Amino acid sequence: MRTVCALDGLRRGGAVDKRPAFLEVCTVTKRYGGLVALDACTLSIATGGITGLIGPNGAGKTTLLNVMTGLVRPDSGTVHLSGADITSLPVHRFAEMGMARTFQIVRELGSLTVFENLLLAPRHQSGEGVGAALFGRRKWWAEEHANAVRARALLERIGLWHLADQPSSGLSGGQKKLLDIARALLLEPQLILLDEPGAGVSPPLKLEMIRLVRELRAEGVTFGIVEHDMHLIGELCDHVHVMAEGRLLVSGSFEQISRDPRVVEAYLGAAA
Amino acid sequence: MIPYLITIAILVIIAALIGLALNLQWGLAGLVNFGVVGFVAIGAYTTALTAPSIGWLPAMILAALIAAALSAGLALLSIRLEENYLAIITIGFGEAVRLVILNEGWLTNGALGIANIQRPFASLTEQFGGDIVFVIFAIGVLAVVFVALEGWTRAPFGRALRAIRDDATISAALGKPVFALRVRAFAIGGAVMGLAGALQAFYLTYIDPSQFSAIVTSYAFMAVIAGGRGSNVGLLVGAGSIMALLEGTRFLKDFISVIDGVQLSALRLGLIGVGIILQLILRPQGLVPEARRKAADVLAKPREAA
Repeated sequence: MRTVCALDGLRRGGAVDKRPAFLEVCTVTKRYGGLVALDACTLSIATGGITGLIGPNGAGKTTLLNVMTGLVRPDSGTVHLSGADITSLPVHRFAEMGMARTFQIVRELGSLTVFENLLLAPRHQSGEGVGAALFGRRKWWAEEHANAVRARALLERIGLWHLADQPSSGLSGGQKKLLDIARALLLEPQLILLDEPGAGVSPPLKLEMIRLVRELRAEGVTFGIVEHDMHLIGELCDHVHVMAEGRLLVSGSFEQISRDPRVVEAYLGAAA
Repeated sequence: MIPYLITIAILVIIAALIGLALNLQWGLAGLVNFGVVGFVAIGAYTTALTAPSIGWLPAMILAALIAAALSAGLALLSIRLEENYLAIITIGFGEAVRLVILNEGWLTNGALGIANIQRPFASLTEQFGGDIVFVIFAIGVLAVVFVALEGWTRAPFGRALRAIRDDATISAALGKPVFALRVRAFAIGGAVMGLAGALQAFYLTYIDPSQFSAIVTSYAFMAVIAGGRGSNVGLLVGAGSIMALLEGTRFLKDFISVIDGVQLSALRLGLIGVGIILQLILRPQGLVPEARRKAADVLAKPREAA
């Protein structure tokens, strides 16, 4: 599983993550005009782990996440998922590959109810075909029912069941974040990428989120988390990548990177 | 009076068909289409040109298929564009269709139009007199289209379209093939517009380019806005009330003596505009809200279709 570019990443970083990589980003570069958002960035997310991605604002974290999920095409470099090159895959195929993501700025599907938001997510819905929607009603209704049972269990788990039939536009910011995660879970992903899950979430909901992520990891889901909240990163992540100016600066456990002088410098400036 | 009411009924049915189609494209899938009238015209001319040789039913099916194919083609060319640009392209398409019909005289007989289009069940019509047979036929077409569109709207297909309308990026991240779904929605809408054109050709038995002006598109948008985006029942109510307003205001002159008929007819369209604006202020969601699936429905009835 280790590739040349993974080794390259290790040369730059500190500690070696010995587990096989589930998602690998190899020398990805992305420019927006004169701005280099990602500069030959190389890193990986280990199978079964919770990998944190931190860095100051403008370090390229969200751009990297967008490259990982096909929303942004890199100018150069590749993205591999379990060894398969997925760099030029259309966005909607990523879900099929077992990957789900949430968004930094909550983007709910406002005119759908909370429950419809969840029912939308499951893969391979026969009722989405033009013919089957009309003539395969019995089949898609049975699928719908099975999905509904799972959706209900999830909503009860995140404490939003009583809001099931409300339009999702009426939820609070934190509830929308939870709904976003729940929707991603219904894709039955092997890898979930969370973009600042803690931002704007109240402390009790944040604890709820930490509990949920831990439970899911125990169930075998791999996580990648972009976050500014160091407490959340420290609580959850077993491996952390620090980015600065579009590149990987340091990698290691939370303790290692929080002691690393380069990280302190990147966050606080050279004077620190 | 009866023939007049029948005429109104058929005009309402044609407007409702066009509105239902636009409700799928714009109301549900969020794809603005200002070229509605172009697809109606294509349906009408296809029917008028082919019905004498292949019969009315194949001609109607052909009208729907050609309109659907052109919709799909236009969508493939332009649907990646943002909403405003799609609007511009579809306006251009509507105009182009009108100009082609006007100028390609060898095919469409130009501005003179095509006359003596045979209606379906023409022999029955003579037997029973009047347009009753045709009204029943038109209601039948509307019913079939309504049931199909309502089925799509309430199926996961419709839910995916609504999700794409709300946020295409999220829908794609959730694995929905946004582009393919949009093209399908646009093609189905085009087919229904083609059918509406076929009905119009059959009913009037004469078509010419002047029937296919941009006002047809405007009425369709009015019906969708009045009825409520995304609701097919609302669309029927909306199309009905728009036509009722348009036609009903003709009789105002019997009750108002202060202004004469000419002034009144000029005021009619303005009144409708005022009506729409008032409605948008007082009830912006439309007369009937979009149907939403209740959690209890899906959970309770595993084998039953609700």
